[in-house]
Amino acid sequence: MNLILKNGRILDPASGRDEIGDIVIQEDRIRDLGPGIAAPGPGTLDCTGMIVCPGLIDLHVHLREPGFEYKETIETGTRAAVAGGFTAVCAMPNTNPVNDNAGTTAYLLQRARELSSARVYAVGAITVGSRGEALASIGDMHRAGAVALSDDGRPVMNAQILRRAMEYASMFNMPVIQHSEDLNLSAGGAMHEGEVSLRLGLPGISGQSESTMIARDVLLAGQTGAHLHVAHISSGESIEAVRQAKKRGIRVTAEVTPHHLTLIDEDIKNYDANFKMNPPLRSRADRQILLEALADGTIDIIATDHAPHAAHEKQQEFTRAPMGIIGLETALPLTLRLVEQGHISLMRAIEALTSRPASIANLPGGKLQAGAPADVTVFDPNLSWTLDPAQGRSKSRNTPFAGWNFKGRAVYTVVGGRLVYQLHN
Amino acid sequence: MSESSSAVARPLLPNLLAINDLDLKQIQHLLALAADFQQQTPAKSLVGKRILLLFYEASTRTRTSFEVAARRLGAETVSITASSTSIEKGESLLDTVYTLRAMAIDAIVMRHSVSGSPVLVADHVDVPVVNAGDGMHQHPTQALLDAFTIIRHKQRIAGLKIAIVGDLLHSRVARSNIELLSRLGAEVRLCAPRTLLPPAFASLAPGLILTHRLEEALDAADVVMVLRIQMERMRESFFPSEAEYVHHYSVTADRLRAARPDAIIMHPGPMIRGVEIGADVADSPQSVIREQVENGVLIRMAVLQSALLPARFSKA
Repeated sequence: MNLILKNGRILDPASGRDEIGDIVIQEDRIRDLGPGIAAPGPGTLDCTGMIVCPGLIDLHVHLREPGFEYKETIETGTRAAVAGGFTAVCAMPNTNPVNDNAGTTAYLLQRARELSSARVYAVGAITVGSRGEALASIGDMHRAGAVALSDDGRPVMNAQILRRAMEYASMFNMPVIQHSEDLNLSAGGAMHEGEVSLRLGLPGISGQSESTMIARDVLLAGQTGAHLHVAHISSGESIEAVRQAKKRGIRVTAEVTPHHLTLIDEDIKNYDANFKMNPPLRSRADRQILLEALADGTIDIIATDHAPHAAHEKQQEFTRAPMGIIGLETALPLTLRLVEQGHISLMRAIEALTSRPASIANLPGGKLQAGAPADVTVFDPNLSWTLDPAQGRSKSRNTPFAGWNFKGRAVYTVVGGRLVYQLHN
Repeated sequence: MSESSSAVARPLLPNLLAINDLDLKQIQHLLALAADFQQQTPAKSLVGKRILLLFYEASTRTRTSFEVAARRLGAETVSITASSTSIEKGESLLDTVYTLRAMAIDAIVMRHSVSGSPVLVADHVDVPVVNAGDGMHQHPTQALLDAFTIIRHKQRIAGLKIAIVGDLLHSRVARSNIELLSRLGAEVRLCAPRTLLPPAFASLAPGLILTHRLEEALDAADVVMVLRIQMERMRESFFPSEAEYVHHYSVTADRLRAARPDAIIMHPGPMIRGVEIGADVADSPQSVIREQVENGVLIRMAVLQSALLPARFSKA
């Protein structure tokens, strides 16, 4: 089976390639790429006017299976992924049961092989049940295929446990992904603490509940030599902590979500819980710092924190509704919006969605070169469309971007040489 | 009755969720209408209307006040409280509201412990929603009755020095009063320990004065509004002890000498004598606390009539 992506603008951050050309795919690999190398024939997809880049990789996704299949499944979640241009996702372990052992990791990966449209990588829990008390079977999960560790949704509060996890994980070169939140500082909080939370009468989650934790964790990463990856960074002060750590040579990387780059606390309208997530939407000033940090590389990557919840769960009193929003189908258009607004270059945007996440989690994809796995995303940067959550592939519709007009959308998604998604207009 | 145009038929208040939803004209209308109700026995303008009192949080005075107000205008009331079976069984707020709405309800008066819950309900029903207090967010009818009470005594709000003392952080009464009294031109001073008065309070209205010293707040004040310490909303310690709070912040007769001699003392209740307010102060001739309760009925009559009748029938 061959596939030819003809006459698109090939963008490959890993090599710096930016030229009009063709990509020839044979079986599951890229055979060749370059300007005018392929004659049109069967299996040719005309990519004129489109951008052809490595398949997008999302290090932070909640597929909800097993345990919360009413919110999302591996099947629906990865369908949403490929519709959004993602060819690989990392599944967070806060399922039921928690993915804290090799059996659950193997089960997840087996289900993914049967049902998934995209590549699914497993993130194992740092501690048993993600309770923060005892180390999970890190080595066994690594052997079963887990690529990283996280207690996401919860932080590892106990510094000694985190230190040991870092020491242990460093033997397998697995990044430790910390959900950075001091639970004492954030207790009871529902949105960013500031003037807006005060006016709305909602308990606040201060920026310091995140930044103090990151300040602690980078010091532990420095001590242990482990790779600390900061999940969904949101506060301006946190950026300073990461920047200083990087300057000192500590192995720390960071991700930011498209929604924290786009929305702020002032956008929370009518107590709509589709604007509720953890970490919360921060202040205008915080958002500005995040944008600059993404541009200068202090923040390494964009990840969605795709967190599906059922409508009845979100349509509740604000403090009772669960945290999180879906993001797989809006990440690329929201990122392109930042490019359009001049916050980041197109090449940097693609890098933050492809080659950088691949290198952080030691994944095979993320680059376009002969012999590499044929994970390729083709998107039309000029296609205008309006988001109707009812048309989404995810099982859930909890997004604050309903009704938004976007420019740019995935048109073809190729995973391992297979055309797994094609936009039908 | 037939209406010539739908614009005429719209009520003055589609909802009352927060003070800042009101424009100055609506505020003046409500205050004037309440004054009318005080002077003459009101007509039974709401005969045939059914008002749902949906109280998810314990309340004695506010629920009774709305109930008396509704009945004085001839409306029927249906009262649902948090201990009602479907709520106790875990039915969601919106499902409860949809069910009750199907029983020919004309308006919903709602109290809830979670900020913003009446806003959520108002977004999902087609009848007026009146916020009777939501979490730490707003209590608009309380602020309106407080303004009404102040005007009864001082003939104005503009230019008055008004001190609000107590647990500001957790107070919906404070948020509504800060917005309303500032808008009407008062100099509003806020006083509490630092832990209950974060600097962000200054953003609620222009010209607010924030202080942690009670004598500064009371200095030459025309109105002193005292708030209860809301232990039930406190997750962790905001001050060392009740005794220490009393030492520093209790409004006692002695401290009140810093205020103007004709200053009035207000409290939205429930009041804990000997804690936030001295017993002698609560019972002094300067205290208008019981009058606040009477005026509450008048303001709630004005609000219900304005929410339920088209604007032109809502005479001011």
